[in-house]
Parts: sequence; structure tokens; C-alpha cells
Amino acid sequence: MMGATEKFTLGLAQCAPVLGDLEKNLAMHEKILREAQGQGVDLLLFPELSLTGYFLKDMVPAVALTPRDPRLDLLKRASREMAVVVGLVEESPDHRFFNAAMYFEDGKLRHAHRKLYLPTYGLFDERRYFAQGDRLRAFDTRFGRIALTICEDLWHPATAYLAALDGAQTILCISASPGRGLRPEGTFANAAAWEHLNRAYAQLYTCFLCFCNRVGYEDGACFWGGSEVIAPTGEALIKGPQLEEILLRVPIDRREVQRERIANPLLRDERLDLTVRELQRITRQLERILRTRGEETR
Amino acid sequence: MNAAPIAPELTLDWDLCTKVLTGFIQSEVRRTGFGRIIVGLSGGVDSSLSVTLAAAAMGPGNVWAANMPYKASSPESITHARLVAERLGIHLFEVDITPQIDAYFAAFPDADHIRRGNKMARERMTVLYDHSARLEALVLGTSNKTELLLGYGTLYGDMASALNPIGDLYKTQVRCLAAHLDVPAEIVGKKPSADLWVGQTDEEELGFSYEAVDRLLYYLVDRRYERPALIELGFQTEFIEAVSRKIRSSQYKRRPPVIAKVSGRTIDREFRYPRDWGV
Repeated sequence: MMGATEKFTLGLAQCAPVLGDLEKNLAMHEKILREAQGQGVDLLLFPELSLTGYFLKDMVPAVALTPRDPRLDLLKRASREMAVVVGLVEESPDHRFFNAAMYFEDGKLRHAHRKLYLPTYGLFDERRYFAQGDRLRAFDTRFGRIALTICEDLWHPATAYLAALDGAQTILCISASPGRGLRPEGTFANAAAWEHLNRAYAQLYTCFLCFCNRVGYEDGACFWGGSEVIAPTGEALIKGPQLEEILLRVPIDRREVQRERIANPLLRDERLDLTVRELQRITRQLERILRTRGEETR
Repeated sequence: MNAAPIAPELTLDWDLCTKVLTGFIQSEVRRTGFGRIIVGLSGGVDSSLSVTLAAAAMGPGNVWAANMPYKASSPESITHARLVAERLGIHLFEVDITPQIDAYFAAFPDADHIRRGNKMARERMTVLYDHSARLEALVLGTSNKTELLLGYGTLYGDMASALNPIGDLYKTQVRCLAAHLDVPAEIVGKKPSADLWVGQTDEEELGFSYEAVDRLLYYLVDRRYERPALIELGFQTEFIEAVSRKIRSSQYKRRPPVIAKVSGRTIDREFRYPRDWGV
């Protein structure tokens, strides 16, 4: 296998998984993998829960996979040619179920990320069905150091902050975002919010932000698509259409990170010591408050 | 182009809205293995919009509209249904429900107009579901968000459907989208009526205009405004009270029947699957 590459082609599979049907979704992955390979894609992202669909409810255990499940061999094999990120339900040995993202490269599972922030409000009910992930780690790939995140993870700025300080030069976010709050000006309210977030993270952490969101409908909710890649300058390199299935391809030049970090050395000037010190102080204060309250109620 | 009146807060991107709703119809119909749609077309703006979206989604050849008049129905109903069907190129058939309604109420001559109206709405529902089986077509709903929230519909009558593309649009939004999709102006502009008795109009029966109630519902439901904030916006206390009461008292119409819990896994409590499960 080649060493780290400066330039590569990223693919975003803005697809519509079938709810609760692993077989059909595996077949869809196979088809898109072939298409992407034919188009010279080096790293291909599928959206959140791409192997299972999103609003699973009580189907969660029925579609869960362990990392060794032979049904993932297809992805491992494909990753000899092209790195692949998929979304799935991961079952742990102690039978907890995670909304997970897996990164396959060189024929192997190289990294698994378990969703950290499970939205359980409004139309979401993830905490009811999933266990929370408890770690965020950037990891080295042939495309440089990467961090993998899932949808709601990025609605908590600490996620992107940790990813950047852990050395990620590319943040991948796979998503299943249902459109809501349709507005007069051509988009959903939450889609407009995502565009702000993606640009802000890319610019503040001078990294690539690659956002792969699904399309299709489940129980009346539409997933809006609009997958995009934002350069470290904050500019969009590609923007997918709303509501339509598409395989997007975009050339990435990793030297852009270096150029932008020279022009805008924000990360160099990051005060991790200050942040940690202040967080420790805040934690101590919170603990003191909790202790006092405990004494009062005793 | 968009002449129908609407509060500025309720204005949507009508092209994107159309895309979302037609995509919804295609997705729901295809996943169930059906290819056709059947709609009760009264000639009013709600059913005219539903059928327009269905024709755009599935192609006019796959859409059947049924006009189901009672002898007291407004003659405009069939005229407007024909106008819409001809414009769209969809199938239209008529079923006069007078014989079965009159035969039934011959045994209950004292029934008031509410009972008669509800019976007619449910009769139309059974006609639609019968033709749904004949045509292998899914029944498309025509209830809008205003009616659903106020409970202004007949349970298991006009509220019954397999899928509803306009149930998250307020009445004034329905009118605007209908105008945007070239539903004839005489349909968009006419006084809304359930047409269950002669001279009935929605706004007279409800006691307020759709424009006013839609704006209130938007702040009350969508934006979760509390009463003091609603009063600050200029809504009258009695109006807020009347609408809130209607929403609460009609909650049962928006839910499946309540089930007495006995087992450890009761439907819709611990037994939770998406509606799109297995299709």
C-alpha cells in the first residue's frame, strides 16, 4: 500500500438506505462502491446508519453487527482499493448497542467511532435505544490524521475542538439529518444551521470538514442531503443537491491545511493549558455545589 | 402569482415544499409495493392540492379521484372536481352516496345534522377503501394541520388515509401552495366548507378565520409560545382559550385507540416500531 498521499479524491455517497433491511443496504453499498472505484475515489463516505436506516426503534438489536461479522467482509475487501466509512449499529460483547461509524483501509477495520452525543429530544429518541460512546480519538490514515464523528457529535463544539487538538487535519462527519422548519428561502432551518457549523469548524480549526448526509424518507420525515466538503479556508469545495441521491466526488489537496495554518495560525495559538486549568476549576466548583446540595437534602 | 393571503411567518419555499411532498408520496407508495393513488376529490382546495401533488408524484395515469356527492351537496363540488381532474388528466369517477345515507337515516329520522354529516364522511371513507382494494391504490389523505389540530374532521371519516402529504401544512399554506401549483383560482378563492349541510362554512362554524387561527397555531404549537407572549403579540385571551381547548379536547382523534395494559410488552408502549417497518 502507498504511504500518505498529499492529494486524493474523496467520495460522498449521498444515498437513501432502506429502513431495517441489512441485505438491501449491503447490496446498495456494493453497487456504490463499484461506481466510486470506477471513478477513481480514494476515500468513500457513507452516511450515518447507512447499513440499517435511521428511525429503527425496536429494530436496533435485529440489525446490529459485531466488528467480526462476515457481512462486513464486503467492506473490508473493497478497502484494499479504496478506504470506506460506513454507519451501522455495533453490538458490544456485553450487548450494548452503539450508533457507530467504521473506517476500513487496507482490507482491515482501522477505526471505530461510537456516537458520543445521542439526541433524545424533538423527533429524536436515540438514548432510548443506544448506548453512548465514551471516547474521541484522531487516527492516522494514508490520507493523514483523521477524526470520525457522527451527526449530533458536531452540535457539541467540544467534539471538533478535541478532534483538532488530537491532530486531525480532516474531520469526517456522517449524518442522518431529517429536514425540519422549512423556510421561505430554499432550505430547512436545520440545514442552514449545519452549513454554519461546517464552515465554522473548518475555518476555526483550519482543517477539512467532510459532511455526508443521507436522503430518502422514513415515517414521513425527509433526510435533506446537501452533503459538502469545506476547505480549511471555510470555502465549500463541493455541495450536494437537496433530497437527491448522488455520488459526489471532490479532489482534496492536503497542502491546503499547511497553507491555511501558516496564514492563520489559530491552532498554534490555542491555549490548551488555559482550557484545561479553567475546566478543572469549573469542575471543582460544580463538585462543590453538588456536595453542598447533597448535604442540604440529607 | 401567489394571491392567497398568509401570515408572513407561514411563508415557505413553495418549490422545495412541493419537492418534499411529491418525494414523500413516491417513497411511501413505492415502498408498500403499490403504484397507484386514490383520493376523495370534493372540489375544495385541500383535496385539489392533494390530488395535484399525487399527479406530479405518480403521473396522472396512476391517480384516481372519487367525487362522492350527497343530494344536498353543492353543485360546485362536482364542477370543480371535474375542472381539476381534466386539468391534471387524472381518472375521475362519481359515486352518489344519497341512497345508502337516506336508507340508513330512514331508520333514525331524528338524527341531527352532525350525525348525518359524520355518517356521510364515513360513507365516503368506505367507498374510497373499497376502490382502494379494486384498484390496488393507496388512499391519500386531505386533512390539513389546522383541521387536525382543531379536531375539525370526522374520526375514521375524512381523517382516514394511508398517507397524508398536507397534514403538516396549515390551511393558509395549503391555499398558497395550491395557487403556486396552478390549482384554479375559483377553488383556491372559495369559502372553505365541509359541505355537510347547505350553506355550511368552516369559518362560521369555527368562529374565526383561518388566517387568524393559523397565525395563532404557529406561535402556540410550532414556536411553543406561552400565553403572556401570545397576548403580547395581540391575540385575545378568549381566542387563545378557545383554540387551546379545541386542541386538547380533540387529542383522541390524533391518536390510535387507547389500549388497556396487561402484558409486559404492549403495542405502542414497549412494542415500538416505525410505521415503515418491513415495507
